[in-house]
Amino acid sequence: MKILVCISNVPDTTSKINFTDGDTKFDTNGVQFVINPNDEFGLTRAMWFKEKQDATVHVATVGGPSTESTIRKALAIGADEAIRVNAEPTDGFYVAQQLAEVVKNGDYDLIIAGRESLDYNGGMVPGILATLLGMNFVNTCISLEIDGANATAVREIDSGKEKITTSLPLVIGGQKGLVLESDLKIPNMRGIMQARQKKLTVIEPVDALKATEDTKFEKPAAKGAIKLVDNVDELVNLLHNEAKVI
Amino acid sequence: MSILVYTESENGKFKKNAFEVASYASAVAKQLGTTVTAVAFNTSDASSLGDYGVSKVLNITNDNLKTFNAKAFANAISEAANKETAKVVVLSSSADTKFLAPIVASTLKAGYVPNVVSAPESTSPFVVKRTVFSNKGFAQTQINSEVKILGVSNNSYGIHENSTTAAVENFSPSLSDSDFSVKSVEIDKVVGKATIADADIVVSGGRGLKGPENWGMIEELADVLGAATACSKPVSDMGWRPHGEHVGQTGKPVASNLYIAIGISGAIQHLAGVSSSKVKVVINTDPEAPFFKAADYGIVGDAFEVVPQLIEKLKEFKAQNA
Ligand SMILES: Cc1cc2nc3c(=O)[nH]c(=O)nc-3n(C[C@H](O)[C@H](O)[C@H](O)COP(=O)(O)OP(=O)(O)OC[C@H]3O[C@@H](n4cnc5c(N)ncnc54)[C@H](O)[C@@H]3O)c2cc1C
Ligand SMILES: Nc1ncnc2c1ncn2[C@@H]1O[C@H](COP(=O)(O)O)[C@@H](O)[C@H]1O
Repeated sequence: MKILVCISNVPDTTSKINFTDGDTKFDTNGVQFVINPNDEFGLTRAMWFKEKQDATVHVATVGGPSTESTIRKALAIGADEAIRVNAEPTDGFYVAQQLAEVVKNGDYDLIIAGRESLDYNGGMVPGILATLLGMNFVNTCISLEIDGANATAVREIDSGKEKITTSLPLVIGGQKGLVLESDLKIPNMRGIMQARQKKLTVIEPVDALKATEDTKFEKPAAKGAIKLVDNVDELVNLLHNEAKVI
Repeated sequence: MSILVYTESENGKFKKNAFEVASYASAVAKQLGTTVTAVAFNTSDASSLGDYGVSKVLNITNDNLKTFNAKAFANAISEAANKETAKVVVLSSSADTKFLAPIVASTLKAGYVPNVVSAPESTSPFVVKRTVFSNKGFAQTQINSEVKILGVSNNSYGIHENSTTAAVENFSPSLSDSDFSVKSVEIDKVVGKATIADADIVVSGGRGLKGPENWGMIEELADVLGAATACSKPVSDMGWRPHGEHVGQTGKPVASNLYIAIGISGAIQHLAGVSSSKVKVVINTDPEAPFFKAADYGIVGDAFEVVPQLIEKLKEFKAQNA
């Protein structure tokens, strides 16, 4: 089985978000970039398939040269090879088309992506990618087993979960649950050394549709001061008469 | 040309978000000087969409579509969009709809903007406002494709009545076996209880509650309020509560009218996921807990004292206001 894990390079979840250039760009100053947490769960699941089912695992990202430290981290965690498509990932449709080229050229059976990137929260790359390639697709995937060409997955729904059967080739949008939090892999020294020798191929983007562009950003309005109360009578009164939510 | 809206239903009845997306679609139709067509699956009350400005409903009756199937639903919606030459397709932000939206986008070669929070800022160029960075910012996003797909954030636009008469038309999308190559074999869902996605009120507990045995009072508070229950990430990681209850940046988003956080410190990743709730209440022993900076109302106090009192008070309040 040949697996491609799609890695989105995003600000650490604790980052303060600011905009620059007249609020037209995200301010990367002082921001630490990491593997998108949803992708980290997927990557760890891919490592399980590598160890237990002899899978080959490649990782791919669409991004500029600055994303290489994030892909090296994925290699240090254990991926065999990496591919970087040298383009700014400003639109989900565009990113999916670039990844579709990577998949076509690499003959992958399973594509593991995340439910959404924690930067622009698009939640669209895996679904568009699957449709472009005519592959099966399962979103908000919290469990995945592969047996030959058959796949069994569990997906999170609004009111619980749903068990799904399908077959390879398959694209998933994964998230927390795919592996236990405590099983998430942290690169060790040996992994980091080995990662330096692993193949990282840079390819140029193909011409593709850019369906959307962000023209301006803004931060949420500052929050008013909290009203502290010291008893529940007062709280119920405020929720009813002032906030009008009960 | 019209605006197409996908109105979600469950057991034949529209979900609340169906009326919100219909209201939203009517606003867009007004801006563009056109009408709204809805597409609905196996519903018995299709004409009720007229109350929210929908003038035509493509009603699909098909036993194979009784259970949600992303690809089949997406293909039916895309076919409806083509039939109506829709230039804008309006969708909700439920888990099911977020599953099918990218399939529709890809099929229609349309730009898809999720997490939209208000009616389009302009229609030429077509620009909408959406949340980005898990509610830590907003973006004005311009869509350049001919067909545009908008995913409306839960509870962001609201339900607005706008009475018209909806003509209901039967619609039979052409489906093939390959639309069902991803099969649902078992659904395990909580019934008879509000879900985090739909609830007006969400009651959430954190590590401050010390252990799963103490969730009785959280359940009871939720019951009194008709609320959904939720929790912080460590609570689900430790197995005190099911994973589906975890809210925040890496869990489910919460956009309820009221969010009550009990024994939750208010870490940045937690706040990011719950901040679009309209009113937030915090109950915490530590006055320095970051949640006090993000909430509207707060009680500095021990949950084990405050929550039982709050339940009693709310029961009294409900009895008086029944
Ligand atoms: C990549 C990443 C993603 C994350 N995503 C999420 C996410 O999506 N959602 C999320 O929730 N977290 C997330 N986290 C974890 C987050 O950083 C915090 O660790 C977590 O939110 C803390 O949970 P808590 O508030 O329940 O626990 P704590 O931080 O331990 O807080 C417990 C609180 O309870 C209070 N307390 C104690 N006793 C009582 C009492 N008797 N009565 C009332 N109050 C009491 C304490 O004063 C304290 O404020 C993420 C972390 C990372 C690194
Ligand atoms: N620039 C990118 N490069 C590689 N994979 C990406 C990129 N952007 C998104 N993805 C993948 O698609 C998933 C969903 O992303 P998005 O649609 O941007 O929310 C992510 O979790 C990644 O797995």
